[in-house]
Amino acid sequence: MNVMQLKPSDFETDQEVRWCPGCGDYAILKVVKSVLADIGRSPDEIVFVAGIGCAARFPYYLSTYGFHTIHGRAAAVATGVKLANPNLDVWVVGGDGDFLSIGGNHTLHALRRNIDLNLLLFNNAIYGLTKGQYSPTSPVGTRSPSTPNGSVEQPVNAARFALGAGAKFVARGADTLQTHLPEVLKRAHGYKGASFVEILQNCIVYHDGAFGAINDRSKSQNVTVRLEHGKPMVFGKDNDKGLVFNEQTGAFEVAEIASLNSDAEVAVHEETNIDHAFALAQLEQPGFPVPLGVIYAEETPHFTEARGFTGTKGDWDRETLKAIL
Amino acid sequence: MADTAVVSDAPDSARTPPLVVRFAGDSGDGIQLAGSEFAKSTADAKSDFMTFPDYPAEIRAPAGTLFGVSAYQIQFASDEVLTPGDKADVLVAFNPAALTTNLQHLKPGGLLIADETHFDARGLKKAKLEANPLEDGTLDAFQVITADVVKRTIEALAPLELGRKQATRAKNFWVLGLVYWLFGRPLSTTEDWLNSKFRKTPEVADANIMAMKAGHAYGETVELSAIRDFAEPRIAKHKAASRIISGTQAMAYGIAAISALGKRDVVYCSYPITPASVLLHALARFDAGIRTFQAEDEIAAVSAALGASYAGSIGITASSGPGLSLKTEAIGLGVAVELPLIVIDVQRGGPSTGMPTKPEQSDLTMAIYGRHGEAPLPVLAPATPDECFWIMIEAARTAIQTMSPVIVLSDAYLANAASDWELPDIDAIPDIDWPEHKANGEDFEPFSRDPETLARPWVAPGTPGHAHRIGGIEKSSGSGHISYDPDNHQEMTRLRAEKIRRLADRWSEVKLEDGPDDGDLLVIGWGSTYGAIAQAVKELNADGKRISHLHLRHLNPLPRGVKELLERFPRAVTAELNTGQLCSILRSEFLKPVECISQVTGQPFHVSDLKEEFVKRSEASQS
Ligand code: SF4
Repeated sequence: MNVMQLKPSDFETDQEVRWCPGCGDYAILKVVKSVLADIGRSPDEIVFVAGIGCAARFPYYLSTYGFHTIHGRAAAVATGVKLANPNLDVWVVGGDGDFLSIGGNHTLHALRRNIDLNLLLFNNAIYGLTKGQYSPTSPVGTRSPSTPNGSVEQPVNAARFALGAGAKFVARGADTLQTHLPEVLKRAHGYKGASFVEILQNCIVYHDGAFGAINDRSKSQNVTVRLEHGKPMVFGKDNDKGLVFNEQTGAFEVAEIASLNSDAEVAVHEETNIDHAFALAQLEQPGFPVPLGVIYAEETPHFTEARGFTGTKGDWDRETLKAIL
Repeated sequence: MADTAVVSDAPDSARTPPLVVRFAGDSGDGIQLAGSEFAKSTADAKSDFMTFPDYPAEIRAPAGTLFGVSAYQIQFASDEVLTPGDKADVLVAFNPAALTTNLQHLKPGGLLIADETHFDARGLKKAKLEANPLEDGTLDAFQVITADVVKRTIEALAPLELGRKQATRAKNFWVLGLVYWLFGRPLSTTEDWLNSKFRKTPEVADANIMAMKAGHAYGETVELSAIRDFAEPRIAKHKAASRIISGTQAMAYGIAAISALGKRDVVYCSYPITPASVLLHALARFDAGIRTFQAEDEIAAVSAALGASYAGSIGITASSGPGLSLKTEAIGLGVAVELPLIVIDVQRGGPSTGMPTKPEQSDLTMAIYGRHGEAPLPVLAPATPDECFWIMIEAARTAIQTMSPVIVLSDAYLANAASDWELPDIDAIPDIDWPEHKANGEDFEPFSRDPETLARPWVAPGTPGHAHRIGGIEKSSGSGHISYDPDNHQEMTRLRAEKIRRLADRWSEVKLEDGPDDGDLLVIGWGSTYGAIAQAVKELNADGKRISHLHLRHLNPLPRGVKELLERFPRAVTAELNTGQLCSILRSEFLKPVECISQVTGQPFHVSDLKEEFVKRSEASQS
């Protein structure tokens, strides 16, 4: 791969961006452009594949190759792109409806197969483009045009779903965290295999404030814990709280650091620890800080590598065919 | 019961008419194996032939049940053989259930070989029989050979000291040996195959070979000489280098040809479904050239194939009716973004799960019309196993030249039917060309068009200087930008349709397969019914009738010349394994009173039934 000198503006298209003013998607688009510029790969070798939904308009706004497909199927289409040409840098963008409802099956299998894709789930816990129905990630009690008395369904936790599917790279970020999110996306891109990133995204029109203070830059420190491999999991305004792993219950607990016998009691984040990953993915507001960063990462051969697919060119010719016949 | 050979008049030995043999038994009896071994020996005997495996959807239904019966039919002759035959000269029945369900397939006076082992109270009950058909006069119109096959197999294998159960497994080879004796066939083909197949377990090969020899010797021992006329060789004169091929295998080779002639790996994505999965199995054996992918569902299979096409490969997906239903949205996307894609539909009895292992041609209208919005695409249908090879190459060229998904309609009969295949001259097939595009991407417009074919340029990601976006939202003609402009949508809809219609200009005009230009009746078929229609028309015209046969390989757009034929003939009829889908298309397209001979029994047409219908209709058109 040639590393090029690129600026975020090199990834701009002449298309008018059609999201609502104030939508979290703008912030994510900005981050993605700067991340792509930093990665330095030619826009001609990058493909963005999307399904249907607000988030799925993403490919139109980037000067890379792009394919706006049908609802839910982006991961499957992107899988085909990789089968044909594993050299391409392929990103899949979709919302919670795309990834976890109509396309849940494809998300599950892309992750389990470990196809070398960067899967970005823009989770706003609502159906935006169809005007505000509750989604598979909406909390119980969500009032929406299709649930006027509040929803009764248990929402799906995206990170736990991904881990359950066998994903080897699971991370989480938030739209407004403009210094944190780029680092998460770079890690995801660097991972060879299916990298799953849940981005908490605010839909200002239909579900404003769905994630409370998490994507409020000034308050985020109190309600999130920033994961860094090998570092203790501390959070709070002055890093005054920490996560302690209870071996008996297999779950994390919140502790005031001042009340601990030793700082060493605060759990250290290990990206390769699957038990910790499940326990972390499960932490939700209220009561727990929401973990942001790389929850789990384990190197393992990815699909096209394991199958031995390379490039696009075929080696077969007439002689091969005669030999087959 | 005594071993008997009831023989009627000896057949006329001056002629060597085609012969039809049918094996029937439990799914677990090794019927398909015995049948395909018999087909191989038929090929070695240099006869022309066609086979038809007729098996149930259940994998191993309970032994002895009516619904668990599996059958395999083969017709062979010195003349060209176009069908597996209507009715059998020889029926082999492994149990009462096989006998009851298959006796309808035996010609009057034909020879029945029955394994009497299971004609006891229990076996008869499982087959829901009150009386034993071997004894109650049911078989009076037939010649009958019965033998206690299981007992004889066990006796024959006694020196090997196998368990009873293991020895019994060789009974299909015992019967095969007897059938080989009947037709004067050497045992060597099957012996060689067994030795190589069970190289690692020679005791299995030995047991089967011993059983086969015992069955063969049995034929020598009992008095069966009067039927030895079957042994007359039926040597086909036309035979060059050939091999046995089923429609599925031919398709697999056709797909391999796309890879070899296009010099680019093909990406084949599918989800298991009967009867299309065999194609995935055949392709998965190639470890290069074709990248196979077993998707999580039908939608993922077609979506991945489309993604592969987007990335510059030919993406192929195959399924059967229920799967095609699931794929329609993604096929519509392929039409909208104008990417090449091949979708194979191995049709089976529907609707819904229907009859998964039985042929039907009832997906034609779904293939042509079955998408939301105005979404025309080319639809092709091979007529014979041989054409299954060629149609794949044509489908690839068509997909590239129209930048469109192409649907290929096969069916459960064509997929499984095997015949002799003369190897094609690979050097004579032109390359599959990939369209060129300008190196300079400055003035590149993804939805500009070739003035002649109206195809848009195919530029895969990775091409320097050409990065662009495509999608299912309506695109502005030329630039490809999102457009909701009314006139643009009108124009794009017209362009997508005209692009497909123009294929007919490039295809050659249709020609009659057989029969006079000014006959009394025009019979129109498509797909796998070719053999039965061709045979019926051939036989009738030999008897002085004036019936002509048109067979369509191109179903959408309709090729040139169909209208003229419909105008020239006083009467036209389609023969279809559906309730008249091509018929209504022709009626609406050409405003002609085309009639239909329809059959939806899950079985291919019988030549005799077609002859009767054709005669009736041609006489009516004369009067
Ligand atoms: S509806 Fe919500 S998610 Fe969609 S563009 Fe508007 S703010 Fe963004």
